[in-house]
Amino acid sequence: MNFGKKLLGILRKIRLAVTDLLPIILVIAFFQIFVVKQSLPQVGDVIFGSIMVVLGLMLFIEGLEMGLFPIGDAMANSLARKGSAFWLFTFAFLLGFSTTIAEPALIAVAEKAANVARDSQLIVGDEQVFKNYALGLRISVALSVGFAVMLGVFRIIKGWPLFYFIVVGYSIIMLATLVAPKEIIGLAFDSGGVTTSTITVPLVTALGVGLANIIKGRNPLLDGFGLIALASLMPMIFVMIYGLFWF
Amino acid sequence: MIEGLIEYGLVLFKTILDVIPILVLVIFFQLVVLREPFPHLKTVIIGSIYVVLGLSLFLLGLEKALFPIGNIMATQLSNPEFLGITEANPGTWASYYWIYIFAALIGFSSAIAEPSLIAVAIKAGEVSGGTISSWGLRLTVALGVSMAMALGTFRIVTGGSLVYYVLGVYIVILILTFFAPRKIIPLAYDSGGVTTSTVTVPIVAAIGLGLATSVPGRNPAIDGFGLIALACAFPIISLLSFALFSEMKMKMSKYKNR
Repeated sequence: MNFGKKLLGILRKIRLAVTDLLPIILVIAFFQIFVVKQSLPQVGDVIFGSIMVVLGLMLFIEGLEMGLFPIGDAMANSLARKGSAFWLFTFAFLLGFSTTIAEPALIAVAEKAANVARDSQLIVGDEQVFKNYALGLRISVALSVGFAVMLGVFRIIKGWPLFYFIVVGYSIIMLATLVAPKEIIGLAFDSGGVTTSTITVPLVTALGVGLANIIKGRNPLLDGFGLIALASLMPMIFVMIYGLFWF
Repeated sequence: MIEGLIEYGLVLFKTILDVIPILVLVIFFQLVVLREPFPHLKTVIIGSIYVVLGLSLFLLGLEKALFPIGNIMATQLSNPEFLGITEANPGTWASYYWIYIFAALIGFSSAIAEPSLIAVAIKAGEVSGGTISSWGLRLTVALGVSMAMALGTFRIVTGGSLVYYVLGVYIVILILTFFAPRKIIPLAYDSGGVTTSTVTVPIVAAIGLGLATSVPGRNPAIDGFGLIALACAFPIISLLSFALFSEMKMKMSKYKNR
């Protein structure tokens, strides 16, 4: 009986993962059959790949609830109970900084941006200058994410509304957009989106909600969320400042 | 078969590299700062292994199956021959209608499949005690992404300045933020940052690049940017408007019942 129950549970999880991926498969199939009307290259690869995607998503969601959420939650709990603001802020900063500095998407974007800047003669000099530019970009984005998570944790402790941070942040971005060099703007806007990886998001979310749960008078919905919002807002500001500093 | 295993091994290795900073940080804090036993250690370790294995399977499957087709489709749909555009008959923005439809639909469906959005939606459902359904949240976000994609591809075709589009969108967001129910604001802004991740970014980038390459007079290096920025901003708009709308509906029905 126990085995049957387990099997049913697994089947249910597979069905859920299939539901998540069904829209994307339907859209591609529809366009392939009715609009583009060309035969699919390597049908075998596509079917095999789709099965991998479904199994992968199922495992990920299972692991989310067993591993990532509890880690974020437990860290929030023990750090709050320890009662040391210093270690809490250090943890928050390092969580943001360390997961961003090595992020492959960010490395790719930084290199691409350095190429654009060189082609449009924004940075002149030898290979070293060019490398420094890309590295500086990565460091400023990573610093901004670390700073954002730290600021977000501070906000949760204080219970200040996210609203103020958003209004101030977006106003700064809009003002900076008007004065920043044109070549850096597109990059700045996109850098906010690439910094939050699939493993960081559940951890950071669980950390915020866990803190809001354990600190008296905080509402998990109102105070617990918002860390990611700051982590995608802050890089835009930092990158534009970085652009102003270089050019 | 062996080739496939080697490929999987490579992706797995990359995912493990991604996890190492987090692992080092958590272990350091546990051993040096907190010095207390970790609750349910065994389950957490198994769960983390699931996450790493699952994410690498997911990424490899996407690379094998979905991204190649997405790329081919984006190029085919913006091919002048397919659009019926010649030098004598350059067509208008409306000639590209299949692109807008494709971009909107693929934006919607990749947002639904996005693992980080699933994570935030699960947490939001848990925390709100069921008043926010995780499916409702994901559908609203996906709707926002699809609008962003339609508008973003329209911008690439017509060649408008990204700065004006983004500034306009941010002003709308700020106005909505003033009126929307306070409880939804943090979640709405989180969802914006989360949407653009493993599934959405590569597909969106492929469409932007393919389109900017085939529309005459566009520079892929400049005009290809910006789709991601819009895809981040529009879920905020759709979630805030949805919350505002349902709050107004509730107030209306209360008023009627009095």
